[in-house]
Amino acid sequence: MQNHFELFNLQEGFDVDATALDQAYRDVQGRVHPDKFVGATDAEKRVAMQWATRANEAYQTLKNPQKRAQYLCELHGVDLQTESNTAMPMDFLMQQMEWREELGDARAAKDAVALDRLDAQLRSARKQRLAQVGLQLDAGDFTSAAQGVRALMFLDKFGDEVQYAFEAIER
Amino acid sequence: MALLQISEPGMSTAPHQHRLAVGIDLGTTNSLVATVRSGIPEVLSDEDGHPLLPSVVRYLPNGHANIGYKAQAHQTTDPKNTIVSVKRFMGRGLADIAHAENMPYDFHDSPGMVQLKTVAGLKSPVEVSAQILATLRQRAEDSLGDELVGAVITVPAYFDDAQRQATKDAAQLAGLNVLRLLSEPTAAAIAYGLDQGKEGVYAVYDLGGGTFDISILRLSKGVFEVLSTGGDSALGGDDFDHRLFCYIMEQASLSPLSDEDTATLMVKARQAKELLSHNASTTIDAILQSGEMVQVRVTDDVFFDMTKHLVAKTMGAIRKAMRDADVSVEDVDGVVMVGGSTRMPHVQRAVSEYFHTIPHANIDPDKVVALGAAIQANLLAGNRASGDDWLLLDVTPLSLGIETMGGLVEKIIPRNSTIPCARAQEFTTFKDGHTALAVHVLQGERELVSDCRSLARFELRGIPPMAAGAARIRITYQVDADGLLAVSARETRSGVEASITVKPSYGLADDDVARMLQDSYTSAAGDMVMRALREEQVEAERILLATQSALDTDAALLNSEEQGALAALVQGVRDAITRSSDDAVAIGERQEGLHTAVQVLAHGTEEFAARRMDQSVRTALAGKKLSEV
Repeated sequence: MQNHFELFNLQEGFDVDATALDQAYRDVQGRVHPDKFVGATDAEKRVAMQWATRANEAYQTLKNPQKRAQYLCELHGVDLQTESNTAMPMDFLMQQMEWREELGDARAAKDAVALDRLDAQLRSARKQRLAQVGLQLDAGDFTSAAQGVRALMFLDKFGDEVQYAFEAIER
Repeated sequence: MALLQISEPGMSTAPHQHRLAVGIDLGTTNSLVATVRSGIPEVLSDEDGHPLLPSVVRYLPNGHANIGYKAQAHQTTDPKNTIVSVKRFMGRGLADIAHAENMPYDFHDSPGMVQLKTVAGLKSPVEVSAQILATLRQRAEDSLGDELVGAVITVPAYFDDAQRQATKDAAQLAGLNVLRLLSEPTAAAIAYGLDQGKEGVYAVYDLGGGTFDISILRLSKGVFEVLSTGGDSALGGDDFDHRLFCYIMEQASLSPLSDEDTATLMVKARQAKELLSHNASTTIDAILQSGEMVQVRVTDDVFFDMTKHLVAKTMGAIRKAMRDADVSVEDVDGVVMVGGSTRMPHVQRAVSEYFHTIPHANIDPDKVVALGAAIQANLLAGNRASGDDWLLLDVTPLSLGIETMGGLVEKIIPRNSTIPCARAQEFTTFKDGHTALAVHVLQGERELVSDCRSLARFELRGIPPMAAGAARIRITYQVDADGLLAVSARETRSGVEASITVKPSYGLADDDVARMLQDSYTSAAGDMVMRALREEQVEAERILLATQSALDTDAALLNSEEQGALAALVQGVRDAITRSSDDAVAIGERQEGLHTAVQVLAHGTEEFAARRMDQSVRTALAGKKLSEV
């Protein structure tokens, strides 16, 4: 079965040309989307839908740097063990705890400015970590990259909580 | 094995024929039907030359119904039986309906949708909507002189699964084959995009009678891609009317009114609202049933002020949609206004200010959605002319999730995912020996089950007893191109697909639909049966031809055993066709026998069709790569 890169006829790697990806996606969808098979039977339309679904999945994975990184790790057999392995370095965990406290305080005080500050810190941390992961992937160090992706997942989850806090304040 | 699924019958292609398809805008206030004729989309008018059909249905004591202007004329004299803005009740329970107490209807809250007690009996919003759709269908068939192949029906982008299913049910009831449920803002974008031929990022602001949608789209080289969509499916022009109605009550110091007086003042409020779009002030003049005179003057400024919170709500939805699309105001190349309510000056001002641009409104905001739907209907019906190779990529507006321990919702498909899309999640049992899993399907953005919309509950039964946590149940959510959800569940370790009980939280039970179809059955029984037999014979010939042609090219995809099985089914249909012309046998029996043989063959060729399709897609994708070398 083809992988996402093969589906879009792109070079496998962390560096992906955004324009080339967009064009490839639209091209593939133009060929497989159920709307292109109007006269088909139900079974045929279901197959078209499956392909269109795959194309959407592949596009979303390759478009997002973090998902792309995770996908590359998986392609190279590095299981992220997301469920069982939650062991992260001490300093990372300390940072997480600090941020969590700040979030709790900001939410309780309905302090949107404090939330903005936290959000900015989070974005910066993600950016740095992502750049690091990119270098590791290019160097073929999939194990270290996987650790980095795990860290990004933590940051993502935390980002969700910040969003919930924003929405709670806005309500 | 799909548990919750709404599927449409496949359509056979008759090549070299223009296939009649229409686009229908089923609006809160007005509905329209449009079609593409000689390459140009146009709205079809009734015999009096009116393009709009008021979305009003009045039920009479003899069980019949008036639809449109005729019904609207009785809105203030027979409010209980004259159903207005039924779209606001589709897929909703009584608790969802704002200001229900100000409405003259006799609501009955059902486990399905809310129902309305009228002089002609208990009516579901689906039935009421079906009346409107049936009228438009009749109008189209009369104008075009032939039967329709299908219709594209528009729905607010922000309509959830329950509201969409209700719309699809209404169309089925009206005898329409639904080619696609199309989002209203996307329909408008199609009408503008193809009309103006411009590329770029566009925002569509659609404020109708009862719903608000904001969609951010990218138009590029024949692809319409929705980046994000947001809105409020319970916010529209009606709410602006209601504010004015409350203002009149206050100013004239009126005590609680009769249904007729309420209806009278609501109609006056709407008229005043429309007048204030072009006049600085107006006076509401009304005489109540008691003879009391009501006279209230309103200026445009006062009206804008009392409704500015409604406008602000729409702005909040815009900001969220922009964030979701990761698009800033500078990135937006144009704004399109859709829906009669966008004629209000303070709405236009707010939108212009936010986007720093004058919105496009050159296509009639009342008609643009129907026109866009007609363009897509034309394409989906199979009428493809050169240069007609555009594609629509829409999104699901609300996250879809599942209930997990502690009354929490785990999101399986996030909002604004491009459709069609699918995602699977594995779950397990939490007690030793558990043989069943309860699945609660939800839609919404919040963390708690109680804050989300319940779509359906079902049970996966027959899981082989194992230790707690040992079972691996894979639950797959699949959203199709109509934005409708299908959920399937499978225990992967034992490979067991267990028996399932489905209890939809909203939607009609099969019995209800059958009853409604029976009620609307008017033709002479004899004609119907003969026609049904003829149609069955045509279908049988078609499927034989299609199967033979498929075997001619791709028999190699089947092994000899499969080919033998297929040959037997084909013979079965041939025999049934012969028998169906035997006058000695009752027509009903002939038709049934033929129908069964055809169904068995259709079912038997599914796997073959799937393999051919898959091969064809792979060839198409591979071919593209070869050409790039």
